[in-house]
Amino acid sequence: MTESSAITPEQVEHLASLSRIAMGADELKSLAGDLSTILSNVARVNEVAGDDVPATSHPIALSNVLRPDVVGETLTSEQALAAAPASADDKFIVPQILGEE
Amino acid sequence: MSELITKSALELAAGLKAGEFSSVEVTQAHLDRIHATEADFGSFITVTDDLALETATAVDAKRSTGANVHALAGVPVALKDLVVTEGVATTAASKMLENWVPPYESTVHNKVKAAGLPVLGKTNLDEFAMGSTTEHSAFGTTRNPWNLEHVPGGSSGGAAAALAGFQVPLSVGTDTGGSVRQPAAFTGTVGVKPTYGSISRFGIIAMASSLDQVGPMGRNVADAAALHELLAGHDPLDSTSLPDPVAGFVSAAQTSDLRGKKLGVIKQLRGEGYQDGVRDAFTAALDVAAAAGAEIVEVDCPSISYALDAYYLIMPSEVSSNLARYDGMRYGLRMEPESGPVTAETVMAATRAAGFGDEVKRRIILGTYALSAGYYDAYYGSAQKIRTLVQNDFAKAFESCDVLVSPTAPTTALKFGAEAASDPMALYLGDVATIPANLAGIPGLSLPAGLADGLPVGFQILAPAREDVKMYEVAGPLEAALEASGTRVLDTLAEGLTTK
Repeated sequence: MTESSAITPEQVEHLASLSRIAMGADELKSLAGDLSTILSNVARVNEVAGDDVPATSHPIALSNVLRPDVVGETLTSEQALAAAPASADDKFIVPQILGEE
Repeated sequence: MSELITKSALELAAGLKAGEFSSVEVTQAHLDRIHATEADFGSFITVTDDLALETATAVDAKRSTGANVHALAGVPVALKDLVVTEGVATTAASKMLENWVPPYESTVHNKVKAAGLPVLGKTNLDEFAMGSTTEHSAFGTTRNPWNLEHVPGGSSGGAAAALAGFQVPLSVGTDTGGSVRQPAAFTGTVGVKPTYGSISRFGIIAMASSLDQVGPMGRNVADAAALHELLAGHDPLDSTSLPDPVAGFVSAAQTSDLRGKKLGVIKQLRGEGYQDGVRDAFTAALDVAAAAGAEIVEVDCPSISYALDAYYLIMPSEVSSNLARYDGMRYGLRMEPESGPVTAETVMAATRAAGFGDEVKRRIILGTYALSAGYYDAYYGSAQKIRTLVQNDFAKAFESCDVLVSPTAPTTALKFGAEAASDPMALYLGDVATIPANLAGIPGLSLPAGLADGLPVGFQILAPAREDVKMYEVAGPLEAALEASGTRVLDTLAEGLTTK
């Protein structure tokens, strides 16, 4: 394993925070080991990908697709809210987003 | 066992057309089989008896009036539980969507409904299609009908097991890195990954959008081709859907022969390091193809050695982005933290901790790392360059042959609890032969090529992008030649199940 591909539990904790996934200490440690193994195996991609090779992000050429700007059918409020964890008055109820101050 | 369940989809279609039996009889026979075997196989997350019989009844009634119906009308099908079905629970095998009933319809299900195929249910998979064994499902594992101590492969393991277990004649899977072809190989069935964009992904729960493709599956090549014809075609609801007309895949599979066809054996995937029986079965199938008139050449695809590495950076990167939508706010699971403040952020973290399984979390974290500032160029950026090299290698290889061939997987179906089954890198290596096609967007097909130690071996055929018909022109006659040579995998399977 290269030095750069060794992942620490602290790094996993940061990544988990960015990913919005709560994790316990055991999980952080276990994932750090898994990620280090995986990254050391895939780090070879640097060996052959020189500056002269263009990157391909998608198997087919993509272009922006716009529909005509006309009124059409969409989900009703009732349909959109049917699977909501919580709703009231035709709106989603979400936990507090802004702080007290 | 009712003889209706051992018939192929096209045999059922012909029998329905001739009035030899009704769709209700066919559908009921398969539902009976499902209920008799589900405890063993675990292929389904949801079985939709009423819906299937309702469709079958409607098709029988329509046919009795002499009205035109689709060629496959009345033939049952199963859908991987990654395909959104309006009004029917769609879980992606995740606790996150355990109780989600979609308010909209996928294009795949729309097409199946319009053609009058009774949907028997939603098949099991690795959670959000992440895995190669169907052990990573929140709703229990699926077992391989060939040997219940072995995995069926994944992530379309339920779709494949339902076919191999004679629970359904056709099923729809999805293939991001081999998720249709590898379980097909493990279960002695036929799995197709069409050209990227040839089947709509509208309403397919996204895993890695630039790699995901819906895949038709059947117990023989012509059946899979028939389902492919039904599902393919341009969809304005999918911005990556190709505008190409649908070719005659069934005709290509049934009328072509191998004389003059050039099969390119990929040097890097010809079987070194593979299980002995897999290599032997592959070599024997090549001999059968050569005896039937095919020319076998070796082709070099050096960048394929790096494809696996590139895939395991690109795929989790797209996973980390696509699965951000599961935040506990608008649909799906919502959990509150056990302690501390209840804010949007802590609710999201608690929800995603409880809703996602280990493999999903691992890929999200890996993807988040690969996309992080400071690592993006070294990992994600480089992986995208490998993708270019793989595409170039394939383009060059197809200059000297009609199709490329390899074993579908390095091994036969792993045993539950095998050491490799718990090692992420060992499992990832199992996808080495299937992943390059997803990176390049080209079509691939796996068909059975005999047995090794009593378990099926898959033979993979790859064709140039948008030339899926070339794949069927080789797969159809090769299947026939293999069966003529005595390699009748399906017969072995049917006999084994009949005597159970």
